[in-house]
Amino acid sequence: MKQLLKSKAAALAIAAAGVFGIAAETAAQSSNEIFMPVLVYRTGAYAPNGIPWADGYVDYIKLVNERDGGVNGIKLAFEECEFGYATDRGVECYERFKSKKPVLINPLSTGVTFALTDKVPTDKVVLFSTGYGRADSADGSVFAWNFPLLGTYWSAADMLVQHVKSKGPLKGKKIALVYHDSPYGKEPIKLLEERAKVEGFQLILLPVTHPGVEQKATWLQVRQQRPDYVFLWGWGVMNSTSIKDAIAVSYPRLQMYGVWWSSAEPDVTPAETASKGYNGIALGHSSEKGLPVHADMVKFLYDKGKGTAKGKDEVGSVLYNRGMISAMLSIEAIKAAQGKYGKRVVTGEEVRWGAEHINLDAAKIKALGFGEIVQPIKTSCRDHEGVRRGRIHTWDGKAWSYTSDWLEADNKFVRPLVEASAKAYAAEKKITPRDCSKEG
Amino acid sequence: MNAATSRNLTIAFFVLLTFGALAPMAFGSARFPQWLEVVIGGLMSGVLYALVAIGLVLIFKASGVFNFAQGAMVLFAALTLVRVMEKLPFALALVVTLAAMVALAWLVERLVLRPLVNQEPIVLFMATLGVAYFIDGFGQLVWGSDIYTLDIGMPKEPKILLEGTFEGGILVSTEDVIAAVMAGLLVAVLALFFQKTGTGRALRAVADDHQAAQSIGIPLNRIWVIVWSVAGLVALVSGVIWGSKLGVQFSLQLIALKALPVVILGGFTSMPGAIIGGLIIGLGEKVSEVYLGPYLGGGIENWFAYVLALIFLLFRPEGLFGERHIDRV
Repeated sequence: MKQLLKSKAAALAIAAAGVFGIAAETAAQSSNEIFMPVLVYRTGAYAPNGIPWADGYVDYIKLVNERDGGVNGIKLAFEECEFGYATDRGVECYERFKSKKPVLINPLSTGVTFALTDKVPTDKVVLFSTGYGRADSADGSVFAWNFPLLGTYWSAADMLVQHVKSKGPLKGKKIALVYHDSPYGKEPIKLLEERAKVEGFQLILLPVTHPGVEQKATWLQVRQQRPDYVFLWGWGVMNSTSIKDAIAVSYPRLQMYGVWWSSAEPDVTPAETASKGYNGIALGHSSEKGLPVHADMVKFLYDKGKGTAKGKDEVGSVLYNRGMISAMLSIEAIKAAQGKYGKRVVTGEEVRWGAEHINLDAAKIKALGFGEIVQPIKTSCRDHEGVRRGRIHTWDGKAWSYTSDWLEADNKFVRPLVEASAKAYAAEKKITPRDCSKEG
Repeated sequence: MNAATSRNLTIAFFVLLTFGALAPMAFGSARFPQWLEVVIGGLMSGVLYALVAIGLVLIFKASGVFNFAQGAMVLFAALTLVRVMEKLPFALALVVTLAAMVALAWLVERLVLRPLVNQEPIVLFMATLGVAYFIDGFGQLVWGSDIYTLDIGMPKEPKILLEGTFEGGILVSTEDVIAAVMAGLLVAVLALFFQKTGTGRALRAVADDHQAAQSIGIPLNRIWVIVWSVAGLVALVSGVIWGSKLGVQFSLQLIALKALPVVILGGFTSMPGAIIGGLIIGLGEKVSEVYLGPYLGGGIENWFAYVLALIFLLFRPEGLFGERHIDRV
């Protein structure tokens, strides 16, 4: 019996080690540090895309601590929480972190962003959603704590429509949206429906349920309906499956356009050279390498064995760059707050002010070592998005390269939709919008 | 439910299935070549579901254990193969992976099944749930969570048949056809193994009656190791085929979950049932997604199999070909 219990205990221990096998990375927090929680998904169906983003995000925090001694002398503490891209577990992570007084969170999940939007104003935690999240949260008068920096999904969809329109009038054409059946995937539908009315194209909606490995029927529908373009709004394994299934029904990759979460290396490499010609809208950056910030990553982290990614070759991949840029913007918000409130440990409310006053021109971005992979960005009470520019990049079988000039979302078209949706949200939640003319 | 009612329900099911599959054609919402593409695509997917389901049936028949870890075994086998292939040629990597699957089978028998012998089926089921989580986490810990490309030379471009007869022709995925042939070969090899070899006959004896098999000297523990090893082989073949199609990654084990409704439909103890159940599920989900999806908002492909399984559990819990469970009081 004793032996039986012993073997059961051993089995349980091994099983627990298997389930919780990935140890969370942390940097211990002291009272003289600013705490930045990091929600990650390093395991599960979305791990291939979640890992490089998390590596870039964490590495930039480490770099600022190692190279600069923190932000104006204040060290950054961070802790990872694995949530497997499950909204409930993401919210659980957030609740667990609350006792550590986080000032800012960037959960890399539209579902978690939706869930936290109601919570963060009460908890005084700034909610960054760089290139994702609610499109209407670009209206800072209603969404004071949300910052969908660099571009919302409505901006992405608008730029994609502009791009395909540049190839010829869209009247009478068909555009299929193959989307992850989740708040993330559904987000561009509103904008595309409005654009379809104006441009006269037919929008075909093809949802794919989580995690997106079963798409054969979806692509048989694509073959039957023969759309002129397919916009792909997937994440994780759904993206590579879409490209493989497109190949299986002979749909031309040249007519496929992914959002920036559907056009990174893990999306195209599983289909290898067959992905050649597949396009995506880049969120200002692609897989640029060799910038001063990359050199610093290698010098201060990887050469000293402190890097987070498996190797320094991964520094500069599309999603690594995005994670790094996301962390940089968070730290710039903290710096802006320190500029106003003093070079000390700042509070969530102070960082919110900082996030609303990010002002990075090309020279400042270059001085930070980011070259041109971040477009000049300026936030305000009215505009929490800051910038809405992108370029098309195309996979040539081995690497991404830019294949269009700069595109910019038409704010005259998008902004009224943002304001209408934000207004409806404010009415539903009984929020009195701020008067931005009175905000400092 | 008496035998006649049961037979009538089966007949009614097949009539409904045929009607459902033909309905898009009958009501004019589909053109013949398009409909045929969907049917062929569905049947091909069904063969792959059946492949995983066979692994479940094998273990259930031999030990009465519903092995929830079959999906995790598919993932583990594919991950091991693809990572070993980085160092060794394909044939050698295949041998090493098979050895790893046999080692896994031995460990499961020693650490999980043997201590739990004579426990309730639900206890054994829960144990396989734990094994599934362990293999899943352990596999990713050892081999990583990236998507790995498994290239075994399967052609990716489809074939377009009868282009002269129908506009646009009929699309058939060459990769799916090869996968179906591989699955067929595996089933044939398994059938021969069970019918013609001494070990196979011993496995069948254990499946029929554990105690009677033991009483004539068949060692139960060794048989369990063998049956889990054979299930490991089935997992390896499934992993190779699915991994080649989708890339080797975590979600493989979620696809393998489709085997659960397949065995509910076909019967937990019937290998032909697993094959027919797989074909029905594959066909049903593709036809319903393509032709009902536009009316119901899409996403049917993912839940169709489970709803069908639920209906079967209500009206015919033993499945189409499973053994009826009769308790004599």
